[in-house]
Amino acid sequence: MNTTPQRVVITGIGIVTSLGVGRSAHEALLAGTTSPKPVVDNARYAPYSVHPLPEIDWSAQIPKRGDQRQMDDWQRLGVFTAGLALEDAGLKDDAEATASMDMIVAAGGGERDLTVDTLIIDEAANHNDRERLLNEKLMTELRPTLFLAQLSNLMAGNISIVHKVTGSSRTFMGEEAAGISAVETAFARIRAGQSTHALVGGGHVAERPDMHFVFEGIQALAQGDWQPLAARSNQAGGGIVLGSAACFLVLESRERATARGATIYAEIEAVEGDRGSRDDEGLERRLQRMMDGAATPDLIVSGASGLVGITEREASVWRNSFPDAILRRYANVVGHALEAQFPIGLGLAALALKADGAIAPFEADDKALDKPIDTALVTTVGYVRGEGVARLSRVGGKA
Amino acid sequence: MTSYRDHKGRPIVAVTGMGIVSSLGRGKADNWQKLSGGVSGIHPISRFPTDGLSTKIAGTVEFVNVPLINATEISFAMAREATEEALAEAGLSGEFGGPLFLAAPPIEAEWSTRFGYADMARAIEAEGNAYERFNAVLRERADPDLHQAVLFGTISERLADKFGTRGLPVTLSTACASGATAIQLGVEAIRQSRTDRALTVATDGSVSAESLVRFSLLSALSTQNDPPEKASKPFTKDRDGFVLAEGAATLVLESLESAVARGARVLGIVAGCGEKADHFHRTRSSPDGGPAIATIREAMADAGLDASQIGYVNAHGTSTPENDKMEYLAISSVFGDHLPNVPVSSNKSMIGHTLTAAGAIEAVFSLLTIANGTLPPTINHDNPDPAIALDVVPNIKRDKAVTSVLSNSFGFGGQNACLVMTAEPA
Repeated sequence: MNTTPQRVVITGIGIVTSLGVGRSAHEALLAGTTSPKPVVDNARYAPYSVHPLPEIDWSAQIPKRGDQRQMDDWQRLGVFTAGLALEDAGLKDDAEATASMDMIVAAGGGERDLTVDTLIIDEAANHNDRERLLNEKLMTELRPTLFLAQLSNLMAGNISIVHKVTGSSRTFMGEEAAGISAVETAFARIRAGQSTHALVGGGHVAERPDMHFVFEGIQALAQGDWQPLAARSNQAGGGIVLGSAACFLVLESRERATARGATIYAEIEAVEGDRGSRDDEGLERRLQRMMDGAATPDLIVSGASGLVGITEREASVWRNSFPDAILRRYANVVGHALEAQFPIGLGLAALALKADGAIAPFEADDKALDKPIDTALVTTVGYVRGEGVARLSRVGGKA
Repeated sequence: MTSYRDHKGRPIVAVTGMGIVSSLGRGKADNWQKLSGGVSGIHPISRFPTDGLSTKIAGTVEFVNVPLINATEISFAMAREATEEALAEAGLSGEFGGPLFLAAPPIEAEWSTRFGYADMARAIEAEGNAYERFNAVLRERADPDLHQAVLFGTISERLADKFGTRGLPVTLSTACASGATAIQLGVEAIRQSRTDRALTVATDGSVSAESLVRFSLLSALSTQNDPPEKASKPFTKDRDGFVLAEGAATLVLESLESAVARGARVLGIVAGCGEKADHFHRTRSSPDGGPAIATIREAMADAGLDASQIGYVNAHGTSTPENDKMEYLAISSVFGDHLPNVPVSSNKSMIGHTLTAAGAIEAVFSLLTIANGTLPPTINHDNPDPAIALDVVPNIKRDKAVTSVLSNSFGFGGQNACLVMTAEPA
């Protein structure tokens, strides 16, 4: 067994947010000197605002109508964005590469059929045997394909079908932690020489009352018109504005990437996740421990969800530990994307490193960038549990 | 030193503790006695009425104590019991100190919850679709218990707290291959030398009216409701679908070196893992069996064993027309001339299909097969499918010493994962 750790690099970025479709759309936004104007729909799901899906031509990455019909937007978004990542890495039609490519998808669940669920609760209102009514309605109203569109591992399953990624297929679940573990696991496998290239990422659809139901169990969503993160503690609700967004990355051993002449966006130096009680500064201690011994990063790309309280606590840790670093909290511009949040942070940080640190401000008091950057820290603190950090470095930068 | 490394120079991964809950009962002793005795755990469903449903039977687990009947609570309770048993056998108490890999079912709110919220929504005259109304209720009064019950990370969080695992636990789903994937992740972490030990758990307590109907609508379930114990009949001509079931299993994985160093009893070795995704169809396998064949071959190559060195196959054997045919094709392609010498039986004939938990439950049974020198039978094998020429250990257990077992897991979404387990380091 090869015991020399392999270096792990990012060679493909597929990204979709409310701000646009694809890598170049996001590069352009990051290159600006003013904050990208968030795209917000504050009417359709009032009192919640959401960052909606941009206009997407699904056929560009999911050519068969039959495949598109088998999915709802959540799976389509993931399959579409995975296709962008493969294309960006130059591996889209490389049958040999995709057949041996590992895949880890950070997934929630697919859309419920809101019409059927509403019909059932309405009929049950005046029914004295709800369980039997439920059986009857489920047997007659559920679409057989709906189950597959809801199944967590079928985002990955559809990526296999549409893009022929079949080296392996693993689906991780568990909110933000799923995205952290997905990157951590793919990184560890490549680093240990167990894998040479992997597709990793996730997608999230914000335009789903069935998902708002999950967040509102603890009244986590912000209410009313969109506000920047810094202003959300003064707003009704819990501070989170959900974003429809997805990011898939192609991770590769540097050796393999170099051998095939691939574009390298950034190197991943380390990825770690942790969890535990957040009381008594537990959150702060874990974030600091994960950064123990690490040099001050030039840039911190924070996936803070916006949840009031935790969001401020995370920012304090970075401001205290790394006062000289530039901090960017991307929920300000694309919202919170749950399982996809950590991969999105890696995607944005890698683009910034590739562009010598070009990263527009995301909120009013964001410090402007005044020097080239070599290192970035990507963070995600789950709105309920789980924290993760990744350290990235510029490739071809200062030695 | 070298004896702690496998044929590829990697740390050998030992199993030092196992725990199990299934419809047959709790604990290895009870489960093994019934499994090897050909006892079925399948029974009429009592958790919810089955009027109007085409399938009225399952292998639900009704005997664990839960504060509420929902998939999160049942899945957690079974996982906790299986893990307590495994850690006791491994002789580990206190903080576990290694990572947790958990295979758990995707979870949603129960219908009883939706009905309750619909009533509350009517009381405040909330408008909109079902969830918009529910959300209006939640804006007035939060429901942290509901919130925990519908988060996918809740079960692993509770297990991590209870058993003191280290780092961020992984919760995974590879459909019906999930249990095997959890074990594979543990093996990989030890081979990477990231840890000396890993807790691998798989649990599924998700049988509900809706989950049953969903599988029914895909024509995946047996509808031969009477008698229930005869419904699951893998590899027979009249097999007509699988039987939904619940259960959990835990395996404590350790590097052989660390297990020996602390004087732990080694129950077996996870010698090889294979995985390969299928891009043919969402629910059907490639007609040529290619990905399943590749997965089995990869697991055996990873273990450094060839077909002649595998003594027994613990089949996925769901009792669906599709799986059993495809699995036969895959096994016969890999084993070739050795096929007549390799018994292949299906635990699912007795415990049903425990979905997310199946790969881990069947890994435990595979290691018990090695330990006891007894092959569990494939029960209900009254009308063999002439197109499936396998020695399925029909109906009655068989005494046979085996030192290496292949365990197959295949799932919707093109998921394939296989494990090779051995008595001693290969």
